[in-house]
Amino acid sequence: MPRNPLDGRGRLRVRGFGSDDADGDAEAATATTPTTDRWRRAWTRFRRDRAAVAGLAVIAVMALLAVFARPIEVSGVVVQPVALAPYDPGASGVAPAYRPPSLAHPFGTDWAGRDVFSRVLYGGRYSLSVGVIAVSLALLVGVPLGAVAGYVGGWVDETIMRLVDVLYAFPFLVLAIALVAVFGQGFWKLVGALVAVGWIGYARLIRGEVLGVSERDYVLAARALGASDRRILRRHVVPNAIAPVIVQATLNVGTVVLSAAALGFLGLGLQPGTAEWGSMLSAGRDTLVGGEWWVTVFPGLAVFLFVLSINLVGDGVRDALDPDADTDTYRGAR
Amino acid sequence: MSLRRYVLRRTLLTLPILLGVSVLTFGLVKLLPGTPVDYVLQFQEATPELRASLRAQYHLDEPLWNQYLLWLNDVLHLDFGDRVVSDRSVTAAIAERLPETLVLGGAAFLIALLVGVPTGVVAAVNRGTLLDEGSRVVALAGIATPNFWLGLLLLLLFGVHLNLAPVIPPVAPLLAPESLAFLVLPSLTLGTASAALFTRLTRSAVTEQLGREYVRAARARGLDERTVIVKHVLRNSLVSVVTVAAVQVAFLLDGAVVIERVFSWPGLGRLLVRAILQRDFPVVQAVVLLVATAVVVANLLADVLYAWLDPRITY
Repeated sequence: MPRNPLDGRGRLRVRGFGSDDADGDAEAATATTPTTDRWRRAWTRFRRDRAAVAGLAVIAVMALLAVFARPIEVSGVVVQPVALAPYDPGASGVAPAYRPPSLAHPFGTDWAGRDVFSRVLYGGRYSLSVGVIAVSLALLVGVPLGAVAGYVGGWVDETIMRLVDVLYAFPFLVLAIALVAVFGQGFWKLVGALVAVGWIGYARLIRGEVLGVSERDYVLAARALGASDRRILRRHVVPNAIAPVIVQATLNVGTVVLSAAALGFLGLGLQPGTAEWGSMLSAGRDTLVGGEWWVTVFPGLAVFLFVLSINLVGDGVRDALDPDADTDTYRGAR
Repeated sequence: MSLRRYVLRRTLLTLPILLGVSVLTFGLVKLLPGTPVDYVLQFQEATPELRASLRAQYHLDEPLWNQYLLWLNDVLHLDFGDRVVSDRSVTAAIAERLPETLVLGGAAFLIALLVGVPTGVVAAVNRGTLLDEGSRVVALAGIATPNFWLGLLLLLLFGVHLNLAPVIPPVAPLLAPESLAFLVLPSLTLGTASAALFTRLTRSAVTEQLGREYVRAARARGLDERTVIVKHVLRNSLVSVVTVAAVQVAFLLDGAVVIERVFSWPGLGRLLVRAILQRDFPVVQAVVLLVATAVVVANLLADVLYAWLDPRITY
């Protein structure tokens, strides 16, 4: 069946010409219903997806646990006094080393006698914030560059996209590792490396969308009305091209968290010994033979749960934003 | 445009990308704090003569563009210089590690294809059934599992608790039976996420094809369902699988870096991570360049294969 070009992504609805309406009363057929905001419609659809809502709930709980794990102080003032984690995640010797899970230490203790439960709760702060911040910053870099490249075309497009092509040749993690090697360790350096690697995916994606959207009649109409390129790009082109990017960005939060954990596992992310999920696992290799499974199982479970939830949310967002699209295509690292 | 001309043009288009990759890899080391000489000397005191001779060895007194050209010339002759931590050449170290990673990655790739594609077909054919839903859940879990965690869990279960597999690689040639037996767990670990991706992708490709007219025509002609699926639908679905297979090369290389650490597998990934910790920058440079080149070539092959598989595509 040939697709009606006005269906699907278009925001135009032509009413009153369908065969259903032809026999109906004229008033109903010509009545203009105010269109609901596209984001509100997406939210309505998203809420119907039980798996996605469950994923969102899990993420919310994990975020809350991370925030309330230990008190937060901002320049000497306690902003958040609650401490859900029974112990300081950095404090060693709160119990003898390698205690199996018990009531006092639900996830056991690690080689330094640190409480694994407290460390897993607290570790959410690193993983979640690295994921969200790195993806947001990558969007801030990639979306404008890709949109301008697609809209302006010419040498601007060539320059930006050739750079993207070159960066695209490096596998995500390998490039991130190389950048961490150059910049060094630490939270912001880790975020920087992940942004430097991550923006290219969004630039590519939005450029392709912008190329399509720029040809639409409403863009032509806006131009005919004398709107500036800047305004057209911001008001008309990008909002209509952004949906796939949002879907990708949501799914990428999971990818980024996995990569950050992998870097931590390799001892290249944050400072070794930080209560970050990946770093906690880097000791796991040595504890295997001793049979101290809890040191390995719980931090990994936290990563798994978070990434699974993010993927469920990402699937839900895709179905909500683009109900016509064929569901589920994963693109691996990007 | 004929296929041959397309292949030629597409191949030529990779040259600027490879050039860009080399510039970036070269520049990466220039961004390091300090000069290569500092790293070779491990930031120890040294006589001015030694420093001068090292500066000459790395062409540091030349202008930057000339340094790059000299480096590129060496690289094109497969000469990456000597390792910082030992006097061995980088090329020898890589030649020693490369087969290990190729075998691991190849095995994982095979597992991913052999598990992922059939599962995807079965899921698509039984769309909406418990089988389909089950494969979706398993695939989602496979994608979300950190590969290094999966590796550790498998080691814990099979290596320690059940005592069925060795925990460290055997001292044996790469293709000896012991080594191949050891490879089962690492390649399963590495292949899991890719298998999940292949499953989802094959499922959606096959689902799309099943709705096409030719499927109905084939069924109307009285072909049995098996022939329809295997000879017609699957063949047409593989076109999109091929494109993703190329992306998997990058994905598997990423995974290998981590998995090799988990299983103490002496491949390129372990070499890279150790080189970074030891600040052995010529090795880092060489591995990164090699990996990126592999990805570029894989993408080229995928595009060519894609064009060959689907003659309708025009350029």
